[in-house]
Amino acid sequence: MSYWTLRPTRVAEVQEAVKAHRTLLPRGGGSKPALSTPGEGQTLLDMTGLSGVLEYDPGEYVLVAQAGTRLLEIEALLAQHGQYLPFDPPFVEQGATLGGTVAAGLSGPMRQRYGGVRDFILGVQFVDGEGNLVRGGGKVVKNAAGFDLPKLMVGSLGRLGILTELAFKVFPAPKATATLQVAFPSLEGALETLYRLAGSPIELYALDLQPPTTLILRLGGLAEALPARLERLQAFLGRGGELLEGEAETTYWRSLNDLNLGEGALVKVALTPRRIPALEPALGRAPRRYLSAGHLLYLAWNDALDVLDRLLKAHGLSGLVLRGSTHRPRIGIDLEQAMGYKVTQALDPQGKFAR
Amino acid sequence: MSPALAELERLFPPGRLLHKPGELAPYESDALTAFRARPLAVVLPETHEEVVQAVRWCAHHQIPYVARGSGTSLSGGSLPIEGGLIIGLNRMNKLLRLEPQERIAVVQPGFINLQVSNAAATYGLYYAPDPSSQPVSTIGGNLAFNSGGAHCLKYGMTSNHVLAARVVLPDGETVELGSESLENTGPDWLGLFVGSEGLLGIATEVTLRLLPKPETYHTVLAAYDSLAKAGDAVAAVVASGLLPGAMEIMDSLAIEAAEAAVKAGYPQAARALLIVELEGETPQVEAEARYLDAVIRGSGAYEVRVAQSPEERLKIWKGRKAAFSAVGRLSPDYIVQDGVVPRSKLGQALAEIEQLSARYGLRVANVFHAGDGNLHPLILYNGRLEGELHRAEALAGEILKLCVALGGSITGEHGVGMEKKAYMPEMFAEADLEAMRRIRLALDPLELANRGKMFPGEAPALHFRGAHPLEKAGVISRE
Ligand SMILES: Cc1cc2nc3c(=O)[nH]c(=O)nc-3n(C[C@H](O)[C@H](O)[C@H](O)COP(=O)(O)OP(=O)(O)OC[C@H]3O[C@@H](n4cnc5c(N)ncnc54)[C@H](O)[C@@H]3O)c2cc1C
Ligand SMILES: Cc1cc2nc3c(=O)[nH]c(=O)nc-3n(C[C@H](O)[C@H](O)[C@H](O)COP(=O)(O)OP(=O)(O)OC[C@H]3O[C@@H](n4cnc5c(N)ncnc54)[C@H](O)[C@@H]3O)c2cc1C
Repeated sequence: MSYWTLRPTRVAEVQEAVKAHRTLLPRGGGSKPALSTPGEGQTLLDMTGLSGVLEYDPGEYVLVAQAGTRLLEIEALLAQHGQYLPFDPPFVEQGATLGGTVAAGLSGPMRQRYGGVRDFILGVQFVDGEGNLVRGGGKVVKNAAGFDLPKLMVGSLGRLGILTELAFKVFPAPKATATLQVAFPSLEGALETLYRLAGSPIELYALDLQPPTTLILRLGGLAEALPARLERLQAFLGRGGELLEGEAETTYWRSLNDLNLGEGALVKVALTPRRIPALEPALGRAPRRYLSAGHLLYLAWNDALDVLDRLLKAHGLSGLVLRGSTHRPRIGIDLEQAMGYKVTQALDPQGKFAR
Repeated sequence: MSPALAELERLFPPGRLLHKPGELAPYESDALTAFRARPLAVVLPETHEEVVQAVRWCAHHQIPYVARGSGTSLSGGSLPIEGGLIIGLNRMNKLLRLEPQERIAVVQPGFINLQVSNAAATYGLYYAPDPSSQPVSTIGGNLAFNSGGAHCLKYGMTSNHVLAARVVLPDGETVELGSESLENTGPDWLGLFVGSEGLLGIATEVTLRLLPKPETYHTVLAAYDSLAKAGDAVAAVVASGLLPGAMEIMDSLAIEAAEAAVKAGYPQAARALLIVELEGETPQVEAEARYLDAVIRGSGAYEVRVAQSPEERLKIWKGRKAAFSAVGRLSPDYIVQDGVVPRSKLGQALAEIEQLSARYGLRVANVFHAGDGNLHPLILYNGRLEGELHRAEALAGEILKLCVALGGSITGEHGVGMEKKAYMPEMFAEADLEAMRRIRLALDPLELANRGKMFPGEAPALHFRGAHPLEKAGVISRE
């Protein structure tokens, strides 16, 4: 496959590149290669040259950074002030960038507590398909002025514009955390408890289902309140479970962050917990994990992607291939509609970002 | 009757098509009563198909239209277009589905915000966005304006609680945006639609996310002898790493008004009151409360009260929620402004507002969502005095420019609508507005949907009108 690679280091160079080239694909860290491998004749825009945190005042809960900034750098900076990105983006150690994370629309297990990437994005600057530099949103935690272009960019896969700068709401990180792994005799029992927990006032940073039948629960907050809360949680569950604390606990979640679930293509599926009972037997031995009380599935698929595509369609679900080789990373049911088509036309009339 | 209107008469039975002057009068303005316009007619659809038919009729005859919920917009968002159609959604007010286990509610657009929480209450659930207009404003209006409330810092705005919507585009086509899942696999089209102020289409069915009710609240009321000290206290709370559900400040004028109205028992000599509320799991809140109390004690408050019962908590909130309409007791008229500044600039913003107030010779009361820097200066004026409304408008405009200059926004929750469209260029460059306009034109080439709103352009002349009838009746109050 032949393609050009450009590595802009200034926003104006991104604008020039868009004007000068026929079709382009942006790439951040490349941690989601299924999404960032260019096609024949496409110009690859390596965005890592546009890197660096531009504004961060911990008292504002706001962070502004260039799109090519690695999450690793952002998380380290936030951690110095006891803060974090509450949507818990994956692939931090793999070099994922803020722009790639927004474009792919990815959140991790801790999204359970306060929400996903769409719930924390405040502002965006991007280059549209005609080379115009466009800003939307703002740099304050609350804002209702104009169309919500920041949210529009979440999951846009480089199709609506090249992200150059992003503003995010951040939060204080939990001062202490603990994790409980609880196995159930059946999937049914695990799901029933998952529902009960999700509808209860018990606040969990993560509420994951590790098939076949284990729930993984993460509590966070003040250290002095944690023992009492753990006890209450165990009483609620009616069983003790296996407790992870301290270094072992942090290591466990850090290693989960790279979503190295197993061989094959890594696929994200959006769903609701009620889909799980029918989906589970159909997925066979594919390694997988359900996050955020059954709203998000990450799956390693070893068979042909066409097979998974048909399977998801049969269940009325949509998926996104993150790693693995495919020309069509969006699988499952087709979510395209007239509004999406027209908005894409408005931002990229010449189809420069088409794939 | 024009042939077009006769055609509409075949689509909507009598009683659901209003076009006589007397019938139209209540629809001539929204809660921004300074603007007024006469629509051609009002239709009251009861089904999705009827909305489609009304929109198709508009597209066919090239007649502009405005979707309308309860008409409580404070920025002229639901102001009619002169000679245009109003599509009133109050009759589409059913709760279609409530699934406690899935924690979702599916409602028609005219369903009232507070009724969502009421319906969910038996299951220990609630709908988080709580604008002060929640007893009357509709979910459709909330969605179109991305409405907020006291709890935005922790829980976000309406947009963070809408999962899916069925939408009639300006050409009459229907699309489904979002799904019941919290996650997505493509661009967030729903995210773009929410907050688009009725310019991109009409929502006819909305899926909302419900949350479990917090187990415990810890509500603190602290009195200060200066606004600056209250502002610094907010910064100190944030610095301590606590994440309260709400942090609100009221100044002395607002305290005076609230006391006169609802007798909340506030310390009346205070120059500023701070309300901080923690919420969550009991053991966690108990531990956090110890930190919060230390922070508040160290912040120079001269009196601190902690609500000891749900009744005491509600009393504290009642005063806060009533503050706006209560200002009506201090002045015949007022404008509620709605701007945002970075939290660290709150002190500076308030000092400059004070100077502006002196310069314009108009009193300004301040009540605001301190946790997210969302100011709500209330500009008091007398509409019967020649030129005061215009002076008040000019002062309001200066406050908006100040917010932008300090790095903030021209609106935190009330939207741009008619009122603030002239200030959009303060916040956005031409290329930014152009991108938004292109999106609008791609969906609505004739600019039929809520024509004349959000984007800079000609505005109708200001008139003096006084408070919203619902406020006069004491049904709702401004936030
Ligand atoms: C298993 C594995 C291990 C790796 N280990 C390492 C390692 O140790 N060190 C290392 O340096 N790298 C490593 N990489 C490569 C690294 O993952 C890439 O640098 C990574 O792609 C980061 O890109 P990203 O996650 O930001 O998103 P990408 O995968 O680059 O892109 C995701 C999507 O976002 C879009 N996009 C990206 N940026 C923008 C933008 N600015 N505007 C609009 N759209 C955009 C893309 O077009 C694509 O659709 C590894 C990769 C893998 C798969
Ligand atoms: C006393 C008072 C207090 C208030 N407090 C707050 C507050 O705390 N926070 C806050 O954010 N706002 C507040 N507001 C403003 C207002 O209540 C909100 O903007 C509310 O969301 C408007 O709802 P509504 O049903 O009255 O909508 P309307 O005023 O009827 O319409 C508002 C906008 O939404 C559009 N619209 C309505 N329905 C639909 C639909 N189904 N599809 C598409 N577009 C639609 C209209 O075209 C219009 O542009 C307050 C207003 C008053 C009068």
